[in-house]
Amino acid sequence: MLDVMTPLAITAYTASSAIGHGRAAHLDALRAARSGLRPNDFSSAPLACWIGRVDGVEDVALPAALDIWACRNNQLAWLGLNQDGFLERVQAARERYGAGRIALLLGTSTASIGATEEAYRRLDADGGFADEMLRPAIHAPHSLAAFVAAALQLEGPCLTISTACSSSAKVFANAARMIRLGLIDAAVVGGVDTLCDSVLFGFNALELVSPVPCRPFDAARDGISIGEAAGFALLERINTAPDAPQLLGYGEASDAHHMSTPHPDGLGAELALRDTLARAGLDASQVDYINLHGTASQKNDEVEAALVGRAFPARTRASSTKGFTGHTLGAAGIVEATIALLAIEHWLVPGNLGGDTPDPVCGASFAWRNEPQRVEVALSNSFGFGGNNACLAFARAGFAA
Amino acid sequence: MSALRVYVEGIGLWSPQLADFAALRSLLAGATPAPPPARPAAARLPPNERRRAPESVLLAVEVAGQAVAMSGRDAAALACVFASSHGDQPITDYMCATLAQAPAELSPIRFHNSVHNAAVGYWTIATDCHAPSTAVAAQRASFGAGLLEAVSQVLAEQRAVLLVCSDTGGSGPLADITHCRQPFGCALVLTPQRSDATLARLDLALTPARPDSALDEPLAGWRDDNPSAAGLPLLALLARAEGHCQLAAAATLGLQIDMDHA
Repeated sequence: MLDVMTPLAITAYTASSAIGHGRAAHLDALRAARSGLRPNDFSSAPLACWIGRVDGVEDVALPAALDIWACRNNQLAWLGLNQDGFLERVQAARERYGAGRIALLLGTSTASIGATEEAYRRLDADGGFADEMLRPAIHAPHSLAAFVAAALQLEGPCLTISTACSSSAKVFANAARMIRLGLIDAAVVGGVDTLCDSVLFGFNALELVSPVPCRPFDAARDGISIGEAAGFALLERINTAPDAPQLLGYGEASDAHHMSTPHPDGLGAELALRDTLARAGLDASQVDYINLHGTASQKNDEVEAALVGRAFPARTRASSTKGFTGHTLGAAGIVEATIALLAIEHWLVPGNLGGDTPDPVCGASFAWRNEPQRVEVALSNSFGFGGNNACLAFARAGFAA
Repeated sequence: MSALRVYVEGIGLWSPQLADFAALRSLLAGATPAPPPARPAAARLPPNERRRAPESVLLAVEVAGQAVAMSGRDAAALACVFASSHGDQPITDYMCATLAQAPAELSPIRFHNSVHNAAVGYWTIATDCHAPSTAVAAQRASFGAGLLEAVSQVLAEQRAVLLVCSDTGGSGPLADITHCRQPFGCALVLTPQRSDATLARLDLALTPARPDSALDEPLAGWRDDNPSAAGLPLLALLARAEGHCQLAAAATLGLQIDMDHA
């Protein structure tokens, strides 16, 4: 049996996705039920689908000293770091704790593979990378975290977590362990993934991409819409910030079933959920809102809706917000953690955008439209290829289970 | 900060020159071990998966299987931390080359095998492991950063953890960028308490960045040829009675490790 963990304070958080840059833009789009999806205008060859593209990424200029890191993924990271005063909050934490006492733990599925794709489209006559693409650090999975470490001048543990679509949920667990052991005093967690040919054509090859805007939990759903996003949070000990929203618990588990389809009974997802509730000291009935993984793939939504139905009472509200942002893959965990925190802060259960004809497998917990109501405790589910499952529990400031 | 103390119960190792940890021991004792077959056996995979699995998966499963067998533990109960600096480079090369020429022809299987957690995904499926599993990267510090993550799981969750760190050789134009000239993989089973299966005790402490421990040839050259071989100072230490080594845990962070067989 797991011990109840000491909650962590979330002293800053932010997200930038197709529905806008920063928290206010996210809240505004959620309240207005306004999707950020658009017809695909990104891939290097035509592909009929809808995407969640972040406006303005191409125009982001990195500070001159960081220019060797320039590529779409790191530009989106920099755009994201510049929202909601996040840079200033990290700087204050650095002055308080020291650069070596803050970990940087970032999730990404494909990092800056888009830059490597570009290098392959523009190979020299001799078959090698063109000179301006000869930047080894951006052609590696650690590109994002190494760039952000340089940008934030952090010198503590620095790790890329790359477990596909659960990546930037799992970073909260890494941070909680390191803080518990006293290795660090604070952690910057989050994740960034950007649109690239690899994921657009890859998911298309798996026949998982919808030709229309994704419809999570709809009876007629026919696949995902791929999006991009950046999001970050600053975690500190609860006694340093008793007025901050809290991370109450986390859970991680493996399906041990299949590389690209979920366990039919949601076994890994349920194990991750049970561990989250146990660490948080929560009973399922205390959960007010669950931000679901809800990709709009046939299998994910079927398995996840069944899990909600058997684990939660109807008073627990549940929705997917991928109809707003698209599936931002390795960034989905942090984007949806941000939405869960906004739900708590602003008393808003966001409606399940795109689910106009609910799948009968969905029970009474589903919030098909916005429901303004008090949210004290919110969960966020994130599941990835390889049967990799993560669940997080958040609560309002001062909440005690 | 007090040292982080964990125990080693199993060690796995595979490179084109070394079939396992015993081969490293034998090399360090002055012998010339017989090299393994060109393709890692990866006996823990079911035969059909073994035939189809990409190189990165075979390599990681091979060293994981060796370490778990040495520990005598049930693989299904071990949390998994799989580290790799570059993931499966032949697949990355294939994907980027195909996307540049005929994107609509991308193979769905190679795409789902391209995720960084493919190896740990196949491992958990093959061993029916429902424990937490993760896949991490930290450039040239992937071994040290992966070790730090594994140790933090061992101590914070009080459970046994399987650490794997492996990288394939480079492939295509990407090989000039990653400078991976040969594959290398290693694995450790780490536990919070001493047991009958304990091989060594490790005391780890974070330090400012310092140069990694020096290695003699041919180990030094193997380390230059593959980022996962940054674990060699610790593996060489485990082949001896006691001592200490220094590894990078991040660009600006070091890990000092004291090892004792007591």
